[in-house]
Amino acid sequence: MDFLLVSIIKMLIIAPALLATLAYIVWVERKVIAHVQLRVGPYFVGPHGLLQPIADAVKLLTKEDFIPSGVNHFFYWLAPWLGLMFAVTGIAVIPFGPVVEIFGVKTNLGLADLNIGLLWILGLAGMGVYGIALAGWSSNNKYALLGGLRSSAQMISYELPMALALAAPLLLSNSLNLREVVNTQEGFVFGFIPNWNLFTGFQIVGFVAYMICGFAETNRIPFDLPEAENELVAGFHSEYSSMKFAAFFMAEYCNMVIVCSVATALFLGGWHPIVPEAISPLVPTALFALFGVTLLYHGMNPGRPSDRKTFPVFGVIILAIAAIFMAPYIGPIVTPLFWFLGKVGFLLFFFIWVRATLPRFRYDQLMKIAWLFLFPVSLINLLLTAFGVTFLGK
Amino acid sequence: MDLVLFLTFAIIAVVCGLSMALQRHPVASALSLIGVMVSLAVLYVLLGAEFIAAAQLVVYSGAIMVLFIFVIMLLNAGAEKTTHKAGLAHFMGIPLLLLLLAVSTWVITKSTLAGKMVKFGAFSGGGPREVGWELFTRYVLPFEVTSILILIAIAGAVRLADRELD
Repeated sequence: MDFLLVSIIKMLIIAPALLATLAYIVWVERKVIAHVQLRVGPYFVGPHGLLQPIADAVKLLTKEDFIPSGVNHFFYWLAPWLGLMFAVTGIAVIPFGPVVEIFGVKTNLGLADLNIGLLWILGLAGMGVYGIALAGWSSNNKYALLGGLRSSAQMISYELPMALALAAPLLLSNSLNLREVVNTQEGFVFGFIPNWNLFTGFQIVGFVAYMICGFAETNRIPFDLPEAENELVAGFHSEYSSMKFAAFFMAEYCNMVIVCSVATALFLGGWHPIVPEAISPLVPTALFALFGVTLLYHGMNPGRPSDRKTFPVFGVIILAIAAIFMAPYIGPIVTPLFWFLGKVGFLLFFFIWVRATLPRFRYDQLMKIAWLFLFPVSLINLLLTAFGVTFLGK
Repeated sequence: MDLVLFLTFAIIAVVCGLSMALQRHPVASALSLIGVMVSLAVLYVLLGAEFIAAAQLVVYSGAIMVLFIFVIMLLNAGAEKTTHKAGLAHFMGIPLLLLLLAVSTWVITKSTLAGKMVKFGAFSGGGPREVGWELFTRYVLPFEVTSILILIAIAGAVRLADRELD
């Protein structure tokens, strides 16, 4: 079929899925942090607050779009959309799964198959600074300006160790194409250790360095100095409200998704399962079946009166999802997707977990970590990997 | 399709270039320059030089211009004002610009072979592997000389900053 048509169909699937994911990551984050702090989190809009993201979206859409006096109108308007655009475009080169056949059309799961995939992501990460810097500058507010300046300095500093940490797995895979990088990580060593760059490539140091840089690049705690609320109100987006504020919010979460996807593709073997290929569809089936059966059991012995109605419904839905993984045609398509999304989901959970656990660094500490610790560590890691690839082979 | 994309981004590049020169505010000028660089990256992709396009994005628009914007914001530079001393630029600016255009057109037409038009998609040696190979075999001397030049520049910058701190 026509390349253009297939691409448009894929875009129409991936774009809404990404936006829905961004909305629900916020829900998951609030829930997880609440439970870490022994609260319940969002609870009232829908069952267990499941409709909270929709309520938030309605609230943000209908809020007054307030523009303070003295702002530079054009840049004030441009900044959030610029940031969001550079954030979401990164999803284009992420490979979600292998080449599959759907309705007789062979296609790979993922939008674009660039041979400069990783450079594209790094380029966008560099461009993403403009949204934040311009927002801080055009807001006509000293706190916003300080936040924007901090953010620019932070992102410039952390891009360097990040690129160095990413270069090591590229040496192992001998390609810049994310799909090829994932393909080289197929299989097992000694029959049980997955052939991922993290394990067989000895990239644990690189992985940790990359994840630390990822926290800084996405302005997350413990590196969220650009929006340190006890020093800078809300940093670069102090003066933004309504959908413009939502755009910054979405850009931050989208950057998180991209960082985790890149880590999955480069270090964690992409869509390749952690268990041997033969039993790989059984794992999601078993997990979902267990979940569904638990729900059914609690529906039979309800703790609250309403559980008698809701739990069996959700239990049956979850059991149906479990059955999909064993289905003849759809199974081979959704199983790699499950592994990829599962790994990305775990890393996202890790981001949230860290946010609930760690306090914020001081600004000089932030810069010291980047230049005096992460930079030399990733450089040495790259050097050792280069020696290893040269003298030992992969 | 190629032609439409080329014309679109060529026009954007020219408009951004003009805007860079005509804008009074430094941030607006810098952003226009970024627009030029991104459009040029798209043109590189159209010509089949993906790696150069990505390098353009990462290095020029992603790193160098961020530093420009950073410095402009840090110094909080305001809009430019014309002064009386700009008289020379008033009289000489446009003739000098025309002279530059004429010379560069002449050089370009001389240096490219006549009758050999650039075709979209005709060139396929622009991937990272090919560029890297050329860089480390045929152009290894200019490459290393440039590296040393940058190293000297870094050392000089550190030295200057060090003296300021003392």
